[in-house]
Amino acid sequence: MTETFDFSAAVKKPLIMAAIAGLVCLIIGVASSVMGGGHHEAAHDDHAPKVEQAAGHDAHAEAAHGDAHAAGGHHEEFSWTKRVWTSLWHNGVFFLGIAAAGILFFAVQYAAQAGWSAPVQRIPLAMGNWLPIGGGIIIVLFTVFNHDLFHWTHDYLYEKGTPTYDAILDGKKSFLNVPFFIGRMVAYVALWTVMFFQLKKNALAEDENGGDQYWFKGRKLSAIYIILFAVTGVTASWDWLMSIDPHWFSTLYGWYVIASWWVTGLAFICMTVVLLKENGYLKEVNANHIHDLGKYVFAFSVFWTYLWFSQFLLIYYANIPEETIYFVERLQTGPYKALFFINILINFIFPFLFLMTRDSKRHGIFLKIACPAVIFGHWIDFYLMVAPGILKGNGGLTFIDLGFFLIFGVAFIWVFLTNLAKSPLVALNHPMMEEAKHHHI
Amino acid sequence: MSKPNNYLIGIFDDEDVLLSGVKKVRDAGANIYEVFTPFPVHGLEHALGYKRSKLPVAAFLFGMCGTMLALLMMTYMMGIDWPMIIGGKDFIAVPDFIPVTFELTVLLSAFGMVGTFFVMVGLKPYATPEVYDVRQTDDKHVMIVDLDKNKFDEETLRAIIRDAGASEVNNPNSGLTNEKEQEEYAV
Repeated sequence: MTETFDFSAAVKKPLIMAAIAGLVCLIIGVASSVMGGGHHEAAHDDHAPKVEQAAGHDAHAEAAHGDAHAAGGHHEEFSWTKRVWTSLWHNGVFFLGIAAAGILFFAVQYAAQAGWSAPVQRIPLAMGNWLPIGGGIIIVLFTVFNHDLFHWTHDYLYEKGTPTYDAILDGKKSFLNVPFFIGRMVAYVALWTVMFFQLKKNALAEDENGGDQYWFKGRKLSAIYIILFAVTGVTASWDWLMSIDPHWFSTLYGWYVIASWWVTGLAFICMTVVLLKENGYLKEVNANHIHDLGKYVFAFSVFWTYLWFSQFLLIYYANIPEETIYFVERLQTGPYKALFFINILINFIFPFLFLMTRDSKRHGIFLKIACPAVIFGHWIDFYLMVAPGILKGNGGLTFIDLGFFLIFGVAFIWVFLTNLAKSPLVALNHPMMEEAKHHHI
Repeated sequence: MSKPNNYLIGIFDDEDVLLSGVKKVRDAGANIYEVFTPFPVHGLEHALGYKRSKLPVAAFLFGMCGTMLALLMMTYMMGIDWPMIIGGKDFIAVPDFIPVTFELTVLLSAFGMVGTFFVMVGLKPYATPEVYDVRQTDDKHVMIVDLDKNKFDEETLRAIIRDAGASEVNNPNSGLTNEKEQEEYAV
C-alpha cells in the first residue's frame, strides 16, 4: 500500500499561526528599532572593542560618524534597516544550509549502503526543495544589500593613497570581489540544486519502475554530492559567513559551519520522523530507527562542540591579536556575551546530558524537546557568526530576528511538506526496505 | 546464580533454532541457567529475558570522577600549589584545562567500565571458565538447564529441550555424554 503524507488543513493551521506570529514579531521589532529602542547598551559597555565602536552611538550619530573616520574606521552611520538585512542574511544562510544538509544525509545513507534508513529517506530528500528558493533569496540579498552586509564590498577600500585604503583587503581582492563572489554563489546553489534534482529524479524513477539499478545510480550520485558539498560547503561558508569579518580567518571555519548545518538538519529530520510517526505515518519505522536518528543528533552535537572548541582554544591559546579579535567581538561586546555562553549550553551541555541515556533517544517525548532546542541553538550559533561582524555593538537578538526565524521556518517547512506530500512517503521499491523493517539494535 | 551441579546440556546447531528454542523452553515453563555460544547471537539476551545492563551508569559515574579529578588537579597545581603565568593567561585558565579534562574523563570512564565489567562477570585471574561442552567454543550453542531449579523431572525437561530444536540433550552426571565426540573436537 502506498503511504502518502497528507498536508491537510490541520497541519497548515499551526504553520499559518506561526507565520502570523512571526509577522507580528517583525512589525514590533521594526517599530521598536525605528523608535531607537534596544540598542543603547553598546554605548555603555566599557569593555567594548575599539573596532568602529563609535558608530554604535546612534544618539550622537553625526558626531560619531566623524569620530569613526578619524579613528580609521570606515563604517557608515548605523541604521535600523541594517538589522533587517542582517537578519534576512542570517536566516537565509541558515535555512539554505539545513536544506543542503538534508541532501547530505540522503547521500550519506546511500554512500554507506545503509539499510536501516530506507523508510525515512524521503524526509531528507524533501528538504532539498528549499535549495533553489533559499539560494535565490540569498543571491538577491547579496546583490542588493552587499554594502550593508559585507565590509569588503566597498570600493573606497581599494583606492591606493587614500586614508581608507586597506592593504590587507586589497591583497584578498582577487578572491573577495563582487563579480566572483556572486559567480561562486550562483555556482554553489546551482550545483547543489542540480545534484538534488538528479537524486530526486532517480528516487522517484525507482518508485515507478523498481530494480537495483536505481540504487546503484543513487550511490554514484551520492558520492559525487558528498565530495561536491565537502568542498563547496567549506568555500561557501568562507564566502557567506567568514568574509563578514574580512580581516579574520580560521582554517577550521568551514568544517565548523558544516557541522552546525549538519546537526541542525539531523535534528530537523529526527523531529519530523518523530512527529510523522506519532501521527500514524511511517509504519516501517520503529523505536530502533528513532534511536539511530537520536544518536545522530547526540553524536553530532558533540562533534560540533569539538570543532567549535578546537577553533576557540587555538585562538585563545595562541593569543594573536588578528585572530583573537573574533572572540573579543563576541565575548566582550555587550549584546553577544550572554548568547556566546547560551550557545554552548544549548548546543553541547543540554543535548549531551539530555540525550545520553538509551531511553531518551528511543522515546519521542525526549526528542521533541531536544531537537527543537538544538535547531534553535544552532540558529543562535549562526547569529553569532553573522551579526557581530555586521552590527558590531548594535546587535543582540531582537523581535526582528525572532520574526524572520518564524517566517523563514514556516516557509521552509511549507515547501518541505508540500513536496513531501507529492510523492510516496516511503520508497516503494527500495532494495533495502526489507532490511530496514527488521532493523534492531 | 550459583553454578548448577545437576543439569542437562542441550546442544543447538544453529543460532536461529537456538533463539526460537530458548523462547520455547521458557514458554514451556522451564528455567534456563545459561546459554553459551561461540559468537554473540543477536537478540539472545532478550530471548533469555535478561534485564538491561547497568554498565552505562558505571561509565557515567566513572567519567564524572575523571572530569572532577582533572579539574581539581589542575586547579590545585596551576592555581594554588605552583601558580605560573603561561601565555599571559590567568592562573586558572579553564579553556586550557579542557583537553586534559576530556582525556581523563574518557580514560577513567573506559577503565572504570572495563573494571566494573570484570567484577560483574567474575572475570579474575585463575577464574575457571564455565565449559560444559567443549564444542561451545567451536560451532555449537549450549543451553544449560539446572535440574534442581526446575519443577519438571528429567524426562520432561529432556523432551522440552529436544522439542525446542536441540540436536542432543546430555546429562553429564548420568553418564549420557558424548565423551568420544568431545575428545574429537578437543584436539
